[in-house]
Amino acid sequence: MDTLDTVVVDCRRLLCPLPVIRVQDRVADLAPGTQVEAVCTDPGALQDIPAWCRINGHTVLRTDSKDGEHCVVMRVGGACE
Amino acid sequence: MIERKAVALVSGGLDSMLAVRVVQDQGIQVEGLNFFTGFCVEGHTHAIRKNTKPKRNNALWVAERLGVKLHFVDVVEDYRDVVLNPKYGYGANLNPCLDCKIFMVRRAYEWMRGHGFDFIVTGEVVGQRPKSQRKDTLPIVQDDSGAGDLLLRPLCAKRLPPTRPEREGWVERERLFDFSGRSRKPQMALAKAYGLDDYAQPAGGCCFLTDSQYAAKLTDLWNSRGDRVYDLDDIVLLKVGRHIRPRPGFKVIIAREEGEGRFLTGFRKRFVSIKTLSHGGPEALIDGVVTESDIELAARLVARYGQGRDCESVRVEVRDLTGSTRELDVRPFTPQEIPGEWIL
Repeated sequence: MDTLDTVVVDCRRLLCPLPVIRVQDRVADLAPGTQVEAVCTDPGALQDIPAWCRINGHTVLRTDSKDGEHCVVMRVGGACE
Repeated sequence: MIERKAVALVSGGLDSMLAVRVVQDQGIQVEGLNFFTGFCVEGHTHAIRKNTKPKRNNALWVAERLGVKLHFVDVVEDYRDVVLNPKYGYGANLNPCLDCKIFMVRRAYEWMRGHGFDFIVTGEVVGQRPKSQRKDTLPIVQDDSGAGDLLLRPLCAKRLPPTRPEREGWVERERLFDFSGRSRKPQMALAKAYGLDDYAQPAGGCCFLTDSQYAAKLTDLWNSRGDRVYDLDDIVLLKVGRHIRPRPGFKVIIAREEGEGRFLTGFRKRFVSIKTLSHGGPEALIDGVVTESDIELAARLVARYGQGRDCESVRVEVRDLTGSTRELDVRPFTPQEIPGEWIL
């Protein structure tokens, strides 16, 4: 569920590269500076989403794993970066 | 002088990596596209299986290494027609390689026009693949995709008629290459010259449709349903576990290891599932509309692949689609009791 400050992208049950694709497609509609949290169950997302962020100009703020779920929190890059 | 931009098909393999690098060398700005068909070997299989070493996504890795943006494109829905109705037919299995290449180049061409790019780059090499990369099929890709002479193949360009990027001087033809055939030595030498010493090993199989066992399971799925249909869950599940079909309309999918078992638990709301209680044993799904005797048969199959396989009785838990569970005591099948034709 989205909060006022963070857009949540539910990538649970999806295998890479689908979590990256879901994040990519969501980010395409978001303004620079928006914070996004991807919730994944494929641990590969912990490598893939940050790699995608690095090459596309977004910033990973933190990653963590708990109870089989892996979260990547990022800030959308762009004009205000 | 106008700065030209190219969009490249980036699979994560060596050829597309080199193709991008070659045009980058000529001052061209490149961005990459990677198409997700659902049949990609990259990613899924490695994600499902239990691995101690994290698996990198090679397309992302290549993009980062070369400093290019990479755009993933989910084509699962649109790709279905390529799989089901390939104009140029299949390869050795269910691989519609030529139609696939045409499809991807067409999508890249649409992307190119929509994003103000000038031409398309691929890592194709004439003579390298028996169906999609022959001297007589490379022009078909250009024609049927609509890309025409805006499709540049830097690794074998000198063996092909000059494309518009070459004729217009966007790239220097002399600085492109004339690779041909199945040998990878020229590519490896070029990679070395560029200082690219780490790349996905050329394997030729980046798509499950080229795999005979996978193709047989997909064909079985279609035969069982009486229709050539599939969704993403179907084609992903065909990559996982032992598939045992006692009769049409009734199949049991049994995990082969812990990672697969964990993955199958994610499908408990779509399939009746079984897990072993009395012994260590695999997670399993039942595909189809089944009777009570089918469930017992499935349970006996599951027990056969667990640690209680030699016991008189094994207790399993059967979970229906609502999450309700019940227990069942069954005698495991012996290997001799499982007809060979059941195993896909």
